Amino acid sequence: MTGDVPALSTRDLTIRFGGQIAVNAVTCAFHRGTLTAIVGPNGAGKTTYFNLISGQLTPTYGSISLFGKDITRMGAPHRTRLGLGRAFQLINLYPSLTVFENVRLAVQSVAQIRFDFLSIAARDSQVRQQTQHWLDRVKLGPRANLIAAALSHGDQRKLEVAILLALEPQVLMFDEPTAGMSLDEIPTILDLIEEIKQETHKTVLLVEHRMDVVTRLADRIIVLQDGMLIADGAPAEVVALPVVQQAYLGVQQNAAAHGEALQ
Amino acid sequence: MTLAQQGDRRPVRWLSWFVSDDPPGRIPLNIFMLAILLVLAFAPFLFPGTKALGVSARICIFVILVASYDLMLGYTGIVSFAHTMFFGIGAYGVAIMLAKGWVGWGAVVLGATAGAAVAAVIAALIGMLSLRLRAIFFSMITLAIASFAQIVAEQWRNLTGGEDGLTFSVPAILRPSFHLFAKPVLGITVNGPVITYYIAFAVALILFLIMLRVVNSPLGLVLRAIRENEFRVEAMGYQVVAYRTLVCVLSAVMAALAGALMALVLRYNGPDVTLSFSLMIDILLMVVIGGMGSLYGAVIGSIVVVLAEYYLQNVLASISAAIVGMPVMSALFHPDRWLLWLGIIFVLIVTFLPQGIFGRLRSRR
Ligand SMILES: Nc1ncnc2c1ncn2[C@@H]1O[C@H](COP(=O)(O)OP(=O)(O)OP(=O)(O)O)[C@@H](O)[C@H]1O
Ligand SMILES: [Mg+2]
Repeated sequence: MTGDVPALSTRDLTIRFGGQIAVNAVTCAFHRGTLTAIVGPNGAGKTTYFNLISGQLTPTYGSISLFGKDITRMGAPHRTRLGLGRAFQLINLYPSLTVFENVRLAVQSVAQIRFDFLSIAARDSQVRQQTQHWLDRVKLGPRANLIAAALSHGDQRKLEVAILLALEPQVLMFDEPTAGMSLDEIPTILDLIEEIKQETHKTVLLVEHRMDVVTRLADRIIVLQDGMLIADGAPAEVVALPVVQQAYLGVQQNAAAHGEALQ
Repeated sequence: MTLAQQGDRRPVRWLSWFVSDDPPGRIPLNIFMLAILLVLAFAPFLFPGTKALGVSARICIFVILVASYDLMLGYTGIVSFAHTMFFGIGAYGVAIMLAKGWVGWGAVVLGATAGAAVAAVIAALIGMLSLRLRAIFFSMITLAIASFAQIVAEQWRNLTGGEDGLTFSVPAILRPSFHLFAKPVLGITVNGPVITYYIAFAVALILFLIMLRVVNSPLGLVLRAIRENEFRVEAMGYQVVAYRTLVCVLSAVMAALAGALMALVLRYNGPDVTLSFSLMIDILLMVVIGGMGSLYGAVIGSIVVVLAEYYLQNVLASISAAIVGMPVMSALFHPDRWLLWLGIIFVLIVTFLPQGIFGRLRSRR
């Protein structure tokens, strides 16, 4: 377990939907103990990049490795078991299960309780305590017995994060975790991400539109545009790049200037 | 919970273990379900007569069949039309063994085991199909397989007796001529069919409690999660196909055991009684009327539909006799219209109680 092998890396990762190349030859490595922000305009391919990494989509070309192991052809469940965890941009829960059950599924998975069909789940006090622990961490403890569909949007996002944490992944991918949350709820999530960052062996990938958040949390920023990786560096450097200014401040530039920025 | 606060929870906890901490609901509903259990437990004494005994046995058997179907439909969200096929396989397992001249418990056990094993293998293959098929195609394929099984049963005359089916002798103590006691008990002669009923009742109760355990187990939670959002289940590290296959197998084995009981009760088996498509419709009716996604619903659904099938005609006959003077009305209540009335009851329940009778009772505040 040397620091040389990246926690996660992609090589020439490409996916084509019909005529459109949503992710185009993205080569990038993410190291243990770092938090990398992924930014880019709408439709840049950020979520698709995540889908490829977590196994929801199969790449047209290129490869992905996790701790040096090639996972390109591996199914999503297996990747999760190897320590890859993902929170989704669109709310992706079990709406008619309780908040508690939503998280318990993740805790069971980590505890490798997979095919136990003869014990009473509710009587496993270890799983119960662990589930309660994760719910408390996102401040959903008091809502444990509601069904997930009854939660507010912000609480559903928190639940999404609780599930991710409960899977105890080594690599955590957050896809706009604060989108649609009210201003007073956002700090809960951001503080959590910051806490995770303190655990030095974890690797975090964060897609986020809010530049203030990104510059505060990230060790490094990569920029995707039209499926291509167009910039990669320390937050201060990347934010200063014309291409980022263009993407985020809407500065109109001609194609030639754009091309130069790429190089 | 006051009981818990007093620290005197042990008997409750112990009782609760039997129903896997998943009692029907609040106290009145628990008492209601317990009453049903007691009525079924004493049915031969409460409702004497061959017909009533047959009806009671049918209810017990359908509880297994419907609950096991609900494991797939209500809990996991799998729509299969092959459930009667597994029922039939279990029934033919016992019927073929007994009809081929081997009379005895060995034949019964071997037949039921063989039926359950064949059902398990076929269910595993069908379950794996769901790996590559979209839900609707999966359902259609189960329909095709079930029709195929029916054709096989009708054509393979040497083995299955074709459309005539198989009539056979059951072990001696299950025959009507066998009397357990010299004298009647509570006015009832405890003969072979009564013993057969109690076997069906005991097996149904045990299998029901096992299924209740399954749905409240860690695996049961994964099944419900698959129904809700299978994509997310995969992202949590669970292999969805494995669970689908497992629930198909479990459900099929339960159905096959129910079929084996049916063969013992009827002392006959043929395609019409255990393989027909109308039986599949009955199961669907029972699941929906009782309430999908709660096993207790299977009990209510089985009781309502089986009673309707057997007694609606009698009820209609007495109604139409009472109103014989009114021309249109008496025609409407003619006993031959019972299927129409069953249909109306079904439509009313689906419209006004979409969560089924039990679902409605349970959700009452
Ligand atoms: N399954 C799919 N089939 C076809 N096209 C797709 C699919 N998924 C994504 N796309 C397309 O790929 C492009 C990239 O989409 P993606 O969702 O990855 O963007 P994004 O960077 O996450 O955007 P946003 O900031 O809006 O979330 C879009 O043009 C989208 O329409
Ligand atoms: Mg996105």
